[in-house]
This record gives sequence, C-alpha cells and structure tokens, in this order.
Amino acid sequence: MTLTDFQHLMPLLILTFAVLVSMLVIAVGRNHKIMYVITAVSFLAAFASLYDLRDVGRYTIGPLLVIDGFGVFYIGMILLTALLISMLSYAYFEQREERKEEYYILLLLATIGTCVLVISTHFASLFLGLEILSVSLYALIAYLRTRERSDEAGIKYLILAAFSSAFLLFGMALVYASTGTMEFAGIASAIASFTELPLLLLTGFGMMIVGIGFKLSVVPFHMWAPDVYEGAPAPVTAFIATVSKGGVLGVLIRFFMEVDGFRYPTLVLIFTIVAIASMLAGNLLALLQRNVKRILAYSSIAHLGYLLVAFLAGNEMGVEAVTFYLVAYFITTVGAFGVVAMLSDKERDAEQLEDYRALLWRRPWTAAVFTAMVLSLAGIPLTAGFVGKFYILAAGVNTQLWLLVVMLALNSVIGLFYYIRIVAVMFQQPEAETQVEPRGKLRPSIYVASVGTLTVLALLLVYIGVYPSGLLQIIQGLIATTTP
Amino acid sequence: MILVWLIAILMAGGVLAWISGKVNRSLPRWIALGSVLAVFGLTLYLWLSNPAPVLGSAWLVQYNMPWIPQWGISFSLALDGLSLLLLLLTFFLGLLSVLISWREIQTKVAFFHLNLLWVLAGIAGVFLTMDLFLFYFFWEVMLIPMYFLIGIWGHENRRYAAAKFFLFTQASGLLMLLAILGLYFIHGNQTGLYTFSYFELLNTTLAPEAARLLMFGFLAAFLVKLPIVPFHSWLPDAHSQAPTAGSVILAGLLLKTGAYGLLRFVLPLFPTATVEFAPWAMLLGVIGILYGAMLAFSQTDLKRLVAYTSVSHMGFVILGVFAFNEWALQGVVMQMITHGLSTGALFIIAGFLYERLHTRDIRQMGGFWSTAPKMGFICLVFVMASLGLPGLGNFIAEFLTLVGSWQANNWLTVFATIGIVLATIYSLRIMQKIFLEEHKLKQALPDLNAREMLIAIPMVVLILWLGFYPQPFLDTAQPSIREQLQAYTGSAPEREQVAEVAGPETKTIEVVLGEKKPSPNIHISKTLNQ
Repeated sequence: MTLTDFQHLMPLLILTFAVLVSMLVIAVGRNHKIMYVITAVSFLAAFASLYDLRDVGRYTIGPLLVIDGFGVFYIGMILLTALLISMLSYAYFEQREERKEEYYILLLLATIGTCVLVISTHFASLFLGLEILSVSLYALIAYLRTRERSDEAGIKYLILAAFSSAFLLFGMALVYASTGTMEFAGIASAIASFTELPLLLLTGFGMMIVGIGFKLSVVPFHMWAPDVYEGAPAPVTAFIATVSKGGVLGVLIRFFMEVDGFRYPTLVLIFTIVAIASMLAGNLLALLQRNVKRILAYSSIAHLGYLLVAFLAGNEMGVEAVTFYLVAYFITTVGAFGVVAMLSDKERDAEQLEDYRALLWRRPWTAAVFTAMVLSLAGIPLTAGFVGKFYILAAGVNTQLWLLVVMLALNSVIGLFYYIRIVAVMFQQPEAETQVEPRGKLRPSIYVASVGTLTVLALLLVYIGVYPSGLLQIIQGLIATTTP
Repeated sequence: MILVWLIAILMAGGVLAWISGKVNRSLPRWIALGSVLAVFGLTLYLWLSNPAPVLGSAWLVQYNMPWIPQWGISFSLALDGLSLLLLLLTFFLGLLSVLISWREIQTKVAFFHLNLLWVLAGIAGVFLTMDLFLFYFFWEVMLIPMYFLIGIWGHENRRYAAAKFFLFTQASGLLMLLAILGLYFIHGNQTGLYTFSYFELLNTTLAPEAARLLMFGFLAAFLVKLPIVPFHSWLPDAHSQAPTAGSVILAGLLLKTGAYGLLRFVLPLFPTATVEFAPWAMLLGVIGILYGAMLAFSQTDLKRLVAYTSVSHMGFVILGVFAFNEWALQGVVMQMITHGLSTGALFIIAGFLYERLHTRDIRQMGGFWSTAPKMGFICLVFVMASLGLPGLGNFIAEFLTLVGSWQANNWLTVFATIGIVLATIYSLRIMQKIFLEEHKLKQALPDLNAREMLIAIPMVVLILWLGFYPQPFLDTAQPSIREQLQAYTGSAPEREQVAEVAGPETKTIEVVLGEKKPSPNIHISKTLNQ
C-alpha cells in the first residue's frame, strides 16, 4: 500500500483510529460525554476528509476497494446519518442505567463496516464489510439487556444473519467456481459473453440474492424486521433501517452495474417479484399494526420495494433515483425514530400508537416534526419523500416498467392508510387534561442535542422537498463520473 | 410577480396566523381575514386593470422562474380570464369561510386558520400554474390541509369522511402523476427537450393509443374530484362531515379544480382522444345529473342533500365540457362560478341552522319562516338559484350549457334538461321542509345577526348580478375558452383529424361556430332572443 492509498482511505482510517482511542478511554475511565464527543468528532472528521476526495475520479486500491464518486457520496451519506444517530443516542442513553460507553464503539465499527461495503469491488471485501456490520449489530440490537424483548431481537438477528451470511458465502463460492474470480470486474468479463446464465452461476447469484435480500429485509426475507425493530433501542433501529440497508443497497448497485445483471431476464424477474411482494406485503401488514416501531418496520420493507423499482430501471437515472430516494429515506427514517427516541422514557420506548395520542396538543413541535416525517414517508409534497418518489416513478416510466410503476402508485395509496392513521392519532383530542408528561426534564444540554438534530432533519426534509436542485446536482455530479 | 404574491401572502398569512395563536385567541382570525382580503384585492385589481374587451391574447400575466432545471421543471404561473374568474371566486369564498368560522370554530383556532389559508393557497396555485409538475404539487398541497379541516373540526363521523376523501383524491392523483410522467417522456423522446411546461407539452404529438391512456390518467384525477357518478361516493361524506367553512371550500372550490383541469389540460392536450370519449363522458354527465338529483330528493340530512345537488350540478359541467363548443364552455365557466356561490350559500345556511339547532336533520325542522324571515328569504334566493330560476346566475349557466350540448348531442341534452325539473323538486323540498309546514321545534330560533347578514348579502347581490348582467364574466372568460378549444376549431389539418374521428356531429359544431365568428362576443341578449 502506498501513501496515496492511505489518503484515499482517510475516512475509514479516522474511524478505526477513533475506535482504538475510545477503547483506551474506557480503560482509563468511563464517561458518557467524552465518548459521545469522540464519536461525534470522528464522524465529523471523517466526513471532512471526504472533501479531498470530492473529484477523485476512480481510484482503485488493490483488487479489494475502489474510491469513486459513487462511493464517496454513499460514504458521506452514511457518515452524516451515523453522526445524526449518535446525537440522538446521547439523549436516549443518558436516561438509561446500563453502561453506555461501549455503544459508541459498536456504532463506529458498524459504520466502518458499511463504508467498506459501498466501496468494495471484491467478494472478500464485501464479505468483510458485511460481517463487521453484522457482528456489531448483534451487540447493538441486544444492547439494553434488561429490557423485555431485547434478547429475543438480538438472538433472532444473530441466527438469521448468520444463516444468510452462509447463503451469501455459498453463492460466492459457486460464482467463483464457475468464473474463477472474485473481483466484480473479473466476473463481469467472465460472463460478458453469456446471453443466458448457466445453471451453476444462476444458483450462485440466487443464493447471493438470498443473503443480500435478508440484509435489505425484502420479502420473503423480511421476517426478522418487525421483531428486531421493536426489540432494539430506537437509535439502533434507526441505524438498521438506514445505514445498514443503504450500504447493502449500495454494494448491490455497484455489483449489478458492473456485471450488467439487467441483461438476464431471470434476475430481473426475481427482483421484480421481490419488489412487488415487498411493496404489497410491507404495506398490507403495516395496516394491521398498532405499534409505531412495527409500522415503521413494515413501511421500511415497502420502501425497499420502491427502491428496487428504481434499481430495476438499471440505467444512470435509476441509480440517481435510488440515491436520491435513499437520502430522503435516511432523513425521514432517522427523523421518525428520533422522535420515537425522544418520547421514550426510562422503562420502554414510546412505541404504542397510544403514546402518540393528542401529541399535537401536548408537544406541538415534536408532533409537527413527526407529522412531516410521516408525510414524507407517504410521499406528500413539500417533503423530500415526495421528490424521491417522483424520481423513482420517473425512472420507472422512463424505462417503461409499467407493472412496477402502477404497483408503486397503488401501494402508495395503501401506505397512506396507516401513515394517515398515525397522523390522525396525533391530532385527536386529548382524553383528559390531567395527563402529565411521564418524563422528568433532562438536562438542557442533552435536550438541545436531540431537539437540534430533529430540527436539522425537519429543515433538511422541507428544503430538499422544496428545492431539490442542489442535491440533484451533487448526485449527478458524483455519480455521472462513475457509472460504468 | 404579482401572481407569486397571491400564493405567498396566503402561505405566509397561514404560518403567521398559527404563530399568533400563542399571543391571542382572536388574532389568527384577523390575520386570516387580512391576508385573504389582501389577495382578493389584488385579484380584483388585476381584473379591473385588464378590462375584458381589450384583451388581445388570452394570457394576462405570466411569471416564470426555473425551479428544478435538471428535470425541466419551472415555477411557472400564468393568468388568463378563466383563472382570473376562478381566483376571484376562490378568494371571495375564502373571505366568507373566514367570516363564517368566526363563531363556529372555537377549538384550535390558530391551527384552523393555518389550514384554511393553505387550502386556499393550494387552490390558487392549481388555478395559476402552467407547469405540470407544479400543478401536481399544488394539487396535493391542497389536500393535506383539507384533510385536517375535515378530520379535526368536522362532525361526528369526521375521521372516516376525512380518510375517504383523502384516499380517493390521492389514488386518482397518482394516476394523473403517471400520466404526466408519460407525457413528459414521450415529449422528451420526440423533441429532446425534457420539460413539464404546459405550453411545450401542448405540441406533443401522441399515438392514439398513448393519447387514450394518458387521457384516462388525467381524467381519473379530474372526474373523481368533480365528481362524476361512479366515483362520487367520497363527496356526500366529506361534505356533510366537514365544518361549514370546509363544506363551502369543498363544494365551492375543490370541485371546481376538477372542472378546471378538464378545461385546461384534458381538452387541449388530447384533442382526438377526448372526441372519442365524448359521448361516454356526456352520458356519465347525464347519469350524474339524474342520479344526483334523485338521491338529493331522498336525503334527510340537510348537508348531505346539498352535497348530492352538487353531484347533479357537476353533471352539467362534464356535459358542457365534452360538447366542445364555445356556448357550452361559457356555460361551464358560469356554472363553476354560480354553483360555487349558490351551493356555498346553501352550506352556509345549513351551518347557521346547525349552530342554532345542533341538528342537520330536516325532519326535525319546519316553519322557520315565521321566526326567521331573513334567513328564509336568503335561503329562498339560493334555492331558486339552484333550481335555475331566470334572473339568477345558475339559469344562465345551465341554459348556455344546454344550448351548447344540444349542438353536440340531442338526446342526452333532452335527458339533462329533465334534470332541471328534478332540481325544482328537490330544491322546493328544502324550502318546504325547513321554512314552511308547521313549527316542530320548541327552542327559539334567532334570526340572522349583523355578521351573518354581512356574509349573506354579498352572495345575494353577486348571484343576482350574475343572473342579470353576466356579460363581464363571459367577456373575461371568452379568450381563454377560445384558446382551450383551439385544437377543435383552429387550423385546418387538425380540424380534419378531429372530424375524421368524430364523424358528422363535430362538423355541425364547426358550422355553428363558423357562423358565430364575425361577432366575437356571445351576447346574452342575443342568446335569449334565439
């Protein structure tokens, strides 16, 4: 490795360094605030180091990694989201009794894993990134051990994630067996001549799709999502819903664009079925829920279905649409879980629909932010979600995926049902005026951290919804340089 | 720029009203009143400063600013006679909505006015925008506040009604979005210019199959909003459950956005496909007229009754739109205005009664004329307007529509005319059940007070003005109606194309229009002489 290699990997190195420092700091003495500051500063520093890479072109590091505009954008997106989540976590964990310091190490590690994922061009780096992410997540999900459902969620994720990793590995092995390489580019050139995939390769790809599909929690690999969402602490849920899924989607796009998987009708068919099933199952099952975290889990399944529609468009516009939608979805989801985290008390998360009754009249600003987030998920104008959905529809119409596009429109309507229900609950009249806020006031500094984060998110949401040009320019500028 | 102000003042006023609610309970009302008055004044100024007869081109004011240049989306607003009239109606009814809520709305006053002003802003945006993306944007913007208006301040079954309203309009709106996108890409592939600009998209040449599909996408949104009969079931619920101001805005304005969309987008964008679809559309219109009238007759809930009369009256709109001639379209524009006024007034009266009696059930009412003669008189005026009595605005509207549609389709017009008879029956029933018969209620019924008279009198004056001297309105609307009909009457090759598809009827229309050409304005006196 040369010095320039290190320069290009600066964001990852900063995070790794931060992990080591954090561990040493814990060894010296436990202090929640210091840990939080180290984490936040390292995310910021890593993000700042991306500035040098803004017009990197395409820089390959060995066979494993590549730094290009696409990767830089996704890393930036992941780092900022992780930063926001860490800010929400501070207030959330401050009120809890458990040891809180290791949480930040795990958060940093999971973020490193995701960053490796989106810049990997080799099965080995892909798998390494994925496992760093997964192993950190096992611990993160079960972090609040004393809580009722936390162990259940952790074990469930552990078993199913290990299972899916096995599928992924087996799939990789089969692909390796038939192409003789594990590099994306090598695979692409090995199968370039095939018009139809041979059975062995198809099996390999199919098994990889199982593994990837699990991480994305698309139907039929979605069973874990609602339980894990419900059992995990709210900030961790936000992390799973955004960073982890976004990273996996990033590597999926990279792999598919590289090997041009859209040439093979079988693969397209598989993804079409998965997309439609995810949209339908996610939205229909969400209708039956009374638990906000579970509703958000099912809605995220549906949203991954929407994302696959743009992914299936398979051209540059499709990639841009996926990226744009991911940004909108990240903001929205982090915001929504941020509100959940903020309303949670010592014993449990504010997850029942009942907890939100008449929120607008009790805490108007929190309710306004949550309404904005929910409406953005529903794709209502003036929010980023609307522009994102519009972009996806445009990408779909452009490549004439009529079936998928119509399913998306239909599903948006189904989705409205439960989004509207959340909003309606918040707008209900309070039943009795005697209800007192269950939670004592936190220290102002902590309060400011989460209120500030939510405000930033809400402003971003509206800004992107009203004026998407800026973000579009960035996305198009960075991605146009790299799409093969 | 003045057009941007119209929308900006309303939106800013809404936010200001919300914030001011913290300071004082009645401040939001005054802020709302002030901002609606301001935009009403601006629109009146626009109308008076562009006197109708000297209008050269159809477009009076235009404003254009790139918004999302990467996708060819611009913040493009334009005003022509049609939009101008509808804006006047919007802000007039907006003023009334603020005034009627003065006493009725006592909870969450500030939030109510935020929603009210944002609905008005969304509607104004829909009437002004000339960019299809922006159009969809405003189309959605007006829904959310309306949902809250119904869902928070409505009557007993409000949440059901609000959700139903929202889902119907959203689902149909998404189909329109798909059609807009389809049009966008077809135009982009043809010309290499990817844009949502209305004026550019007008020049798209469409294959018949594509035109048909895209037209149905647009029709879905507009026919549900209008509403036309198989898709009308959200309307009675939404109208009857909404607070009075909500009902007035729903009936007076939201329904008009559907009609406006038909005129502005469906007719000029898909000239051949609409001609094919015209007989069916007119048939649906006639079914709506008769069905709405019959259901109106059988209602006992006053607001529901008025809601069904809207279904009936909107049947005339679609009948007129698909007649493709100037007479009918003039009638449609008049119908949009007069229906907004007369139905709005009936909902306001229903609101007055509800405030006093806390019921909307007309079986419990009766004999109010003796105790509340002023209210009775006002109600009489608008009941007569609703049944189409000459001298009141609705007569002009329905007469022009029927004259126009007669030229397009004789038999359907005959059936539509029966609808006017039915209108007489249900309208007189309102009068009889509420104000005549014997007195059933024990409680006192105070007559209209000064504030309520202030609301009612301008409406009476306006409906009389529209009935006796509609010329200024017809003159204002005419250039833009010509513009919308250009594809049907304009250059020769296009006309042949239309005639080819439509067969003999369209030719006769053109003959009639050809005769009319020397005199540019339809004068109502001439109409009456014929």
